[in-house]
Amino acid sequence: MSEELYPIEVEVNGVQRTARVPARLSLVDWLREDLRLTGTHVGCEHGICGACSVMLDGEPVRSCLMFAFQANGHRVTTVEGLAQPDGSMSVLQDSFCQAHALQCGYCTPGMLISAQGLLNTNPRPTDLQIREAIGGNLCRCTGYQQIVDAVKQAASRLSKETAS
Amino acid sequence: MTTQFRYIGKHRRTKEDPRFVTGRGRYAADIALPGTKHVALVASPHPSARIVSISTDAALAAPGVLTVLTGDEFCARTDPLYVGVDAPKVTRYALARGVVRYAGEWVAAVVADTRALAEDAAELVEVEYESLPYVIDPEAALAPGTHLIHPDHGTNVLYRRKFVWGPVEEAFAKADHQLAFRATWGRSSTVPIETFGVTARWDPVAELLDVWASIQMPKYPDQTARALRLPGNAVRVHFDVDVGGSYGVKRGIKHTVLVGYLAKKLGVPVRLIEDRLENMRGGDMHGPDRFFDMQVAFDRDGTIRGMKMRAVDDVGAYAGRSPLQLGKPVGAICGPYQIHAIEYEPTSVMTNKTPQEAVRGFGQSPTNFAIERAMDRVARQLGMDRIELRRKNLIRRDQFPYLIPSGSSYDSGDYHTVLDKALEASGYPALVRMRDEARLAGRLAGIGVATCLEPSGGNASFELLFNPKNETTTWMDSCLVRVDLSGSITGVMGTSSSGQGHETLVSTVVGEILERDPATIRVIHADSLNALPSNSPVGSRMAIMLGGAAAGAARKIRDALVAIAAHNFECSPEDLEYRDGNVGIKGAPSKMLSWDQLVEIAHRKFHKMPPGLDPGLQAQFVWEVPTGGGVPTQDGRVQMYPCYAFEAHVVYVEIDPDTGKPSIRKYVCGHDCGVMISPDIVHGMTYGGIAHGIGASLYEKFAYTEDGQLASGTFMDYLIPSSMEVPDIHIVDHCTPSPLTTFGQKGSGEAGYLGAPAAIANAINDALDPLGASIDTLPMSHLALWETITKATKM
Amino acid sequence: MKAAPFEYVRAGSIGEACEVLQREGDAVKVVAGGQSLIPMMAMRLVRPGWLLDINEIAALKFVAMDKDAVRIGACTRQSTVERDQELAARVPLLRQALAWVGHIQTRNRGTIGGSIVHADPCAELPLVARVLGARMVLRSTAAARTVEADAFFSGPMMTATDANECLEEVQWPAWGERRTGSAFTEISNRHGDFAMVSAAAQLSLGDDGRCVRAAFGLGGMGQTPLAFPQLAQRLVGTRLEDEIVKSVAHDAAAQSDPGSDLFATAAYRRHLAGVLAARVISAAHAQAGSKG
Repeated sequence: MSEELYPIEVEVNGVQRTARVPARLSLVDWLREDLRLTGTHVGCEHGICGACSVMLDGEPVRSCLMFAFQANGHRVTTVEGLAQPDGSMSVLQDSFCQAHALQCGYCTPGMLISAQGLLNTNPRPTDLQIREAIGGNLCRCTGYQQIVDAVKQAASRLSKETAS
Repeated sequence: MTTQFRYIGKHRRTKEDPRFVTGRGRYAADIALPGTKHVALVASPHPSARIVSISTDAALAAPGVLTVLTGDEFCARTDPLYVGVDAPKVTRYALARGVVRYAGEWVAAVVADTRALAEDAAELVEVEYESLPYVIDPEAALAPGTHLIHPDHGTNVLYRRKFVWGPVEEAFAKADHQLAFRATWGRSSTVPIETFGVTARWDPVAELLDVWASIQMPKYPDQTARALRLPGNAVRVHFDVDVGGSYGVKRGIKHTVLVGYLAKKLGVPVRLIEDRLENMRGGDMHGPDRFFDMQVAFDRDGTIRGMKMRAVDDVGAYAGRSPLQLGKPVGAICGPYQIHAIEYEPTSVMTNKTPQEAVRGFGQSPTNFAIERAMDRVARQLGMDRIELRRKNLIRRDQFPYLIPSGSSYDSGDYHTVLDKALEASGYPALVRMRDEARLAGRLAGIGVATCLEPSGGNASFELLFNPKNETTTWMDSCLVRVDLSGSITGVMGTSSSGQGHETLVSTVVGEILERDPATIRVIHADSLNALPSNSPVGSRMAIMLGGAAAGAARKIRDALVAIAAHNFECSPEDLEYRDGNVGIKGAPSKMLSWDQLVEIAHRKFHKMPPGLDPGLQAQFVWEVPTGGGVPTQDGRVQMYPCYAFEAHVVYVEIDPDTGKPSIRKYVCGHDCGVMISPDIVHGMTYGGIAHGIGASLYEKFAYTEDGQLASGTFMDYLIPSSMEVPDIHIVDHCTPSPLTTFGQKGSGEAGYLGAPAAIANAINDALDPLGASIDTLPMSHLALWETITKATKM
Repeated sequence: MKAAPFEYVRAGSIGEACEVLQREGDAVKVVAGGQSLIPMMAMRLVRPGWLLDINEIAALKFVAMDKDAVRIGACTRQSTVERDQELAARVPLLRQALAWVGHIQTRNRGTIGGSIVHADPCAELPLVARVLGARMVLRSTAAARTVEADAFFSGPMMTATDANECLEEVQWPAWGERRTGSAFTEISNRHGDFAMVSAAAQLSLGDDGRCVRAAFGLGGMGQTPLAFPQLAQRLVGTRLEDEIVKSVAHDAAAQSDPGSDLFATAAYRRHLAGVLAARVISAAHAQAGSKG
């Protein structure tokens, strides 16, 4: 008895992907194991740690709390899709490097998704708003300080870019 | 201090960050070998039971299943895992045999085509148990007549000894005052966001087991080989796997032996990635679970005359290195204070709980917590200012190197200055006014100060101290540096990294010595077959040991370049100067051999090489930890870690008196780890350590029910602090270089964690003080604080 | 933690969804946002034979302003509701409560209906539903019926929804009084965690500053979220003096029968209930008072 497969069509990082997936395959497992987009990570599989965060139709969600079939017809962006069109790092990614907003890197993709989600809707976030935006992404390495610094830096850089 | 350095001590981007921000990290679960099969575990629901029978028929018949392995076969074909103390009858394997000793212990391993199918089949394994008595409370486990976790061992005590250093009874007899209290450190751990994962593949022709794991562990390849009854060179551990955080605990030796055995047996790559439930309950990565019965003898002027410390630690149902977490604090048993008489009685006891593993600081943070609570209690009893009490007793900067009663010498420090800097940065007088005004307004407000040591360097002489049969005194590390034919530099390190920035460390150090841009230096991780010996990143040792080794290797290369130039200029090395990799005659700018020219000679022009110098341009450096090699005396004195970093925390908290909810409003940490090779990395780890300390003091606990079940086995109940619980943290640096290391650096991987729980506990207690209440049990949950407040206000 | 196997069906319309429910009954679990259901499936605490996905039913995603109520489709995302300014003006308690619900990511996916049907006695939206007397519209192949909040929440994680019914929309009464204020608060261990105890209040003042209408409730204090209409009546006609507020709050706590768990004993909960009820009533009062 093998599990039934369901056809899905999902736009992942700008590319249409088609697949046939078992019902219970989670979105994060599909992205990682089938598409080999291993930048998104698994930390708890019960929706608390945020390491699995991706954008669904442009908004941060927990991909361990979705089945792959639920992404059918939708747009998914992973950390691999955050780069600029020319392949260079986004301002946010670069700010993370500048501020050393990571150490082991495991929570980082999820942090970037949440932070980018914030900057997309709130270009001038306060410290508290930054902390709330990443409040669902747990980190054991950084104590969050340099992450907050990085997001502030990115916001400032982006607003200068918009101004000029 | 760092103006003399070109790269060391500067803000520079790390080498590691780019791959992680672009999602190009390569963690254990990212490695996909073709044909890999997956493991799921069957775990015991009982804290203590006899395994009557295991039926695997239904599981074996399930779709996609290759095998179901139980303890009977596994324990017969592999050797038990290493125990750090002399307890040969306390045997430990990945799978239970005959009995289970904790709820969550692995009883069977299912291997299937996918993890999902393995989990389906694991549900079909039928295990019949017969419940046995169990003991959950460590004091009950110590009582005579109690249930024995390992009957053949004869007791639940794994280790106990009473150390007496200095004239303790005399100190207590002569002191003006004494006090006694208990400080309790709740069971918590580092709980990295990535669980432990391992893939193993056996090549039957080469007779080689390849291992990729999320590992941070000394002697991991050796212990794996030993347990699998393989020669050491039949195991190749790939240290270039990125590790998603460890802070001590990623010692998945039981997972690895299990997976290695299965890989060998099945002839296919086998992978186990713990899911979070397996990790929390059966991963054996809990941390210290300890209470301290403290007695302090002191004079009316605040001089601490002596201290007695009885520490009981509950390691759970099995032991690896965990009992030794009572031994490491011996190396800083008096903290940063001049206390000349100390009695230390550690007891390591077993209960039917998940086993412990090495947690950041290896027992130092709980010990610092107990010492700092003692200091505050002394101050309170004398009506003396807590800061003045500390100033009086802190070792002074003119007293270094300072020999403590238990035999370790502290290398250097300036504790008073760091404390002053932290107080100044916190705006201490204004902080006191703020607290006092809050109190007048009816709020509970407190300031906590903690001055604590961070021993670093990793001379684990506690191994020999706690187990005389284990005559190990070698704690080495190494580095290989090579300059290739094109003149590019590569450094090779022989262990894994879990976020400490070792590639940045090595490239910065090598760049500093060779005066070449670290951005051009590549650092790679060898595997266990081609690595030089390493003792792994533990005990805050890598800045010292790997940094020192990288510097040593780079110096050899520099010396070789100078020797080549001297030979070609027919002069003596003293006539030459080395600048940016070029070597020229002093005062004669035209007579210079460039880096490229020197590299060419080394690699291709043997006719121009000085006699006796090896061709090519590479050097290795292997060395023992400074001050290492010592053997304990009869009364248990021995030099432990070589370098002592120091931290002074100042914390302001408020507690909502109506709800018990605490809130950290201000956090300042003065930190002195000597020369910082990469300040950004050191600061990052310090922030993280403080966050971790906030968790241990206010939120995190592996709580057990009376029937031996882990009540906090998911992230819903085990409360890791988020960005909303951790406040802004302000770090103030100071630098007292170590005389023992290459650049004066001390270790700093445990920074912040070693002092935060002490500081927060002191702040909370200061807040409760006007009520006449106190709390000395961690974590100080909302409920615990409310109960403490309620009890005090009822009286 | 991979879910046990199940059959999956994605409904394109509410009619399709009801047909599946009619056919498979108890074997079906409806998935909307999945923020509560999927963790339980991952831990194999819940193992439905069928998973009925209603996320793609456009007709279930709407916010409609009626004269006396705001109607919200069951599959409307919590973040959509949170951002809706007009809704915040008409039913302010929703936005106030949503600030405490999980995290931004869970609100981007979690739905209004999902939280209501999940019926966790500690959850924020069920509490607001009870305090305001929300009405749940349940649809089956046969008919649609409306159930008031009082009757809807029947126990912990239990509602009056029959196995063949699907929640279609939730109607949130909007108060017309000009000087209306509301407040929501809770005590949880960390930001975004389940509440140990939560409290919600809404009240209106007359021009003379006396209370003309009041409602409040407690979460985490019983088998379901609790509303206290009779105790709230005691506030009407008063100026909401401290002693009256405290007395009403204290009585609400005393009337409840909370349980104990890892983080909160019954005694602690009862104490928190009195404190939080008083706080939200006072905060609602202050907000109402600020409206000239």
